[in-house]
Amino acid sequence: MDQELRELYQQVILDHNKAPRNFRKIENPSRFAEGYNPLCGDHLDIYLKFDNRSINDISFQGSGCAISKASASLMTSMIKGKTKEEAEKIFHRFHDLVTGKLGDNPDIEDLGKLAVFAGVREFPARVKCASLAWHTMLNALHDKKEKTVTE
Amino acid sequence: MQTKTAAVFTQNKKTYDVEKIRNDFPILKTTVHGKPLVYLDNAATTQKPQYVIDKANNYYKKYNANIHRGVHALSQEATEAFEESRIIVKKFINALGKNEIIFTRGTTESVNLVASTYGRVNINEGDEIIISHMEHHSNIVPWQMLCTEKNARLRVIPINDDGELIFEEFEKMINNRTKFVSIVYASNTLGTVNPVKKIIDLAHSYNIIVMLDAAQAVNHLPIDVQELDCDFLAFSGHKLYGPTGIGILYGKVNHLEAMPPYMGGGDMISKVSFEETTYNELPHKFEAGTPHISGAIGLGAAIEYIDNIGLENIARHENELLLYATEAVSDLTGLRIIGTAKEKISVLSFHFENVHPHDVGTFLDFEGVAIRTGHHCTQPLMKRFNIPATSRASFGMYNTKEEVNVLIAGLKKILEVFG
Repeated sequence: MDQELRELYQQVILDHNKAPRNFRKIENPSRFAEGYNPLCGDHLDIYLKFDNRSINDISFQGSGCAISKASASLMTSMIKGKTKEEAEKIFHRFHDLVTGKLGDNPDIEDLGKLAVFAGVREFPARVKCASLAWHTMLNALHDKKEKTVTE
Repeated sequence: MQTKTAAVFTQNKKTYDVEKIRNDFPILKTTVHGKPLVYLDNAATTQKPQYVIDKANNYYKKYNANIHRGVHALSQEATEAFEESRIIVKKFINALGKNEIIFTRGTTESVNLVASTYGRVNINEGDEIIISHMEHHSNIVPWQMLCTEKNARLRVIPINDDGELIFEEFEKMINNRTKFVSIVYASNTLGTVNPVKKIIDLAHSYNIIVMLDAAQAVNHLPIDVQELDCDFLAFSGHKLYGPTGIGILYGKVNHLEAMPPYMGGGDMISKVSFEETTYNELPHKFEAGTPHISGAIGLGAAIEYIDNIGLENIARHENELLLYATEAVSDLTGLRIIGTAKEKISVLSFHFENVHPHDVGTFLDFEGVAIRTGHHCTQPLMKRFNIPATSRASFGMYNTKEEVNVLIAGLKKILEVFG
């Protein structure tokens, strides 16, 4: 496989695509948001159990490419148990990473497994795939009622 | 002009020399990610032969001037070349007269023109317009807008699991409120070729007007508008190996005469005062403003190029590729072909059980293979097949079996990674 392609489709991403974590519906969620990418038809729902301070549970459902599915899966694993402020901070770090704002050799130790998305910055067309779940999560967190749309 | 072009081509109509055709398309020598380009996205847009590029460029290089205006030499030369293209288009679809050929920006504008002019005058409250489940958004939304404005009803002919129209349902749908049928000739997503002659004949027996969206048909199937007897027909230049931003609306002269203009401006008038305006005669009544002159000239050149090879020869070649590719993908695990109609143009849409089309598209890109992935501007169709998107390979006159093999090898690699 081509090096650039291998960096985009890292094993962790392929694994999470095949067996996504927290891929379920939370009954009676305290927060819910719907994300949609009209360009490719990707669609996902984010469910939160949120006590106005911490995210006690988070899950997702929907359909999308390997990048968007793995991103949602890893995000839910990462965000669970975090406070609103912590989740927002991770969102901004992740967003900077995939949009290339952290440069060519980013220091991303704090991002843990999310570092596998570093390759996305080389694929401008796929940035929306990686960030759809995150934007949707943020909308849920802020209790925004409108559908999250990225394209 | 015709004698000059004849010397340019030496393509033998009996043997199909695909290598010679490939040499006419400079872009086919491009590499992508270090691999030779395998361009299988022809249903989105086709590549342009050098002949078309030169013809379109020569207008800018040698006789750039506005048309239908100046008395100077360049303006006359530009006007002649522009109008010559109209005649080429007229012959290509066998229209009765050149005043039935309207230059537009493309299929989308052609449909909007008819909806906004013919539609606004003739569609009233309670009337019904029929389209099909396999329409491109460009043949859904303009009619939806018209129906909302007029409080009319949009009805949709259903399709079967093979992606074919259910003709009996169309027959049942017709009633005394049905005023218009707008239907796609060949589906961009499924490849299905619709029985348009049958549809037109039935509709006409009830005095219903029929428009054909021929965007995908025009580069695969010889079209004779007089034989079809369609009222309107639309297509784009860029799917016909011509430039983008230029397209055609064909309309029967009696309809076009009766219709109000689409846009007001220069060229569409014969007399203007602040009190009133007298509109120009056809086809200029529908061509307000300075048109895409080099585009129209390029479209004429594209048709000359196609005519020289022969549309039947191209269709035969593409059909062979379609059959070859269809058989080859059938062996792949978890692959479902979307669109298995008996009669198809060379469009092969498919969906993997476990691999999303966008991942397929990115992987193939690294093999140099360009295909389309997404909903193809046919979201209701995606819903009908219960999938978010498909991968679509579509073949053109310059594609080869070797290129199909590259596609298949790429798909096998994807299955290894995602399997």
